[in-house]
Amino acid sequence: MPGASVMVEIRWHGRGGQGAFTAARLLGVAVTLFEKRYALAFPSFGPERRGSPVLGFTRIDDRRITDRSIINDCDVVVVLDDTLLNGQITNGLRRGGLLLVNTAYNELPISHPAYVRTVLLDATTLAHHYLGRPIANTAMLGALAAKSDVVSIHSLLASVKLEMKGTSAEKNAALLEETYRTCGGKIT
Amino acid sequence: MMLEQKAFLSGNEAVAAGVRLARPHVIAAYPITPQTTVIERLAEMVEDESLKAEYLNVESEHSALSACIGASAVGARTFTATSSQGLLYMAECLHYASGGRFPVVMMNANRSVALPWNIYGDQRDSLSLLDCGWIQAYAENAQESLDLIIQAYAIAEHPDVLTPMMINLDGFVITHTYELVSLPSQEGVDAFLPPFQTVNKMDLDHPMSLAFTAGPAYNQAFKQLQHQAVLSALKVILDTEERFGQLFGRNYSGLIESIHCEDAEFIIVTLGSVAGTVKPVVERLRSLGERVGLVRIRYMRPFPDREIRKALAGAKAVGVLEKDISFGYEGTVFTNVNSALMRSKVIQPRLLNFIGGLGGKDISVADIERLFLRLKSPDDGETVGFI
Repeated sequence: MPGASVMVEIRWHGRGGQGAFTAARLLGVAVTLFEKRYALAFPSFGPERRGSPVLGFTRIDDRRITDRSIINDCDVVVVLDDTLLNGQITNGLRRGGLLLVNTAYNELPISHPAYVRTVLLDATTLAHHYLGRPIANTAMLGALAAKSDVVSIHSLLASVKLEMKGTSAEKNAALLEETYRTCGGKIT
Repeated sequence: MMLEQKAFLSGNEAVAAGVRLARPHVIAAYPITPQTTVIERLAEMVEDESLKAEYLNVESEHSALSACIGASAVGARTFTATSSQGLLYMAECLHYASGGRFPVVMMNANRSVALPWNIYGDQRDSLSLLDCGWIQAYAENAQESLDLIIQAYAIAEHPDVLTPMMINLDGFVITHTYELVSLPSQEGVDAFLPPFQTVNKMDLDHPMSLAFTAGPAYNQAFKQLQHQAVLSALKVILDTEERFGQLFGRNYSGLIESIHCEDAEFIIVTLGSVAGTVKPVVERLRSLGERVGLVRIRYMRPFPDREIRKALAGAKAVGVLEKDISFGYEGTVFTNVNSALMRSKVIQPRLLNFIGGLGGKDISVADIERLFLRLKSPDDGETVGFI
């Protein structure tokens, strides 16, 4: 993974309604308001339909970001729904990049370049347990914090508590912590 | 300097936050992508009473601006927002607002115009309406959008100006992108922006004629006054930015922003968010010893001809990059920049027009690098080209 001193670009894949862009935005809140870094977060532009494939993007840097072009190459690809997996999912993922997939499979049903690091996690089951619904976006943020140096778990927890309301904030924070631990993260 | 709160907002949310701080009396709007979230946020603010304004749900953009004109004519501070076809549908009323000297403030989400139907960003909507008498500003990011909204009321309502103002945000690229924004305090904005006072209103104590007819004997005199008023904004914009900088600590550079133009041989002139993509390219080429620069036009009306002549004075070649085309000739921004240079007595740089980003087509860092290469390469006789 690139260190925090260079720009990091993350692409989120989901279906409309699964919160891919919300995850991109929560990550932006975490690094800007709680880590004094800079970020742009944006959805795939245009109309959005429930269930159709959508993208979210987060561009993070230590310096103010002015580049407004679309993200083609990225450091992390997060997939919220494994029905979206296909041979193109790792397109643009940089050498040494991370592919983070929410899936019940033990291994990926697609081939991918050898230089890509893959992490598989059954986040939907965890989301069902904590939220009572299969929305895994915050769960995958917890996995991202554990498996990369993109963002700290503390910033993400603060972001969820700021941006979500009442019991939803509490449940999502608990889910974040759980996936962070499941993926080997330790909360200090 | 006032303490500010930080938030992670989209361009549209930043505009809504700026409008709330400016305390308009009347908001009239009709939803259109990609403007919709601005007026959704404002409607929520009026509903929860964090903004004490009259919110008018109207049946069209034509009615939205008509309602703002009517409200402005009784001395109310007004806001509307639109985009693309909605702006074009307002066209008749745009002239009414400027001719009647009603300082309505509008946000326009720059979007392609049909056909082919397309909801993505380019600047053909607002640039095709340069001649309607409105002040036109173009933001680069969400922070500038918010700050321009607050400044717009001070500029538009200034007694020397009394002219409506349009703040343009690139559709999606600014309107739907979230970033870190500093929110000025209400106390600070109240100090910066006192309540709207005007003599140009319906007033029972001082009755006067408004929105009247003027025949051939007087009509041109009104148009000359209108022209003078927009020119007066040149100074009012600078004064307003200085006052804003003193209060809030964010300093803007007047009608253009110029980067490394003092000794630049090759300069890109552009406007809106794509200027932000040019900036890291300029810095990288500079670090390699290339004498390149950037001019970002912040205001298209009044047009910063003097500032542009000064910034481009030493250049060998200049490329005007715009998301616009006037079919059958060239881009409108290019026409304006070329005209500014033609007023100069000194030797002209070679001037090229790069048309790109139409209908939301991405303009990448690699595209910008190619444009600088094009400026450095020998003249092939072509002036206008699509990228």
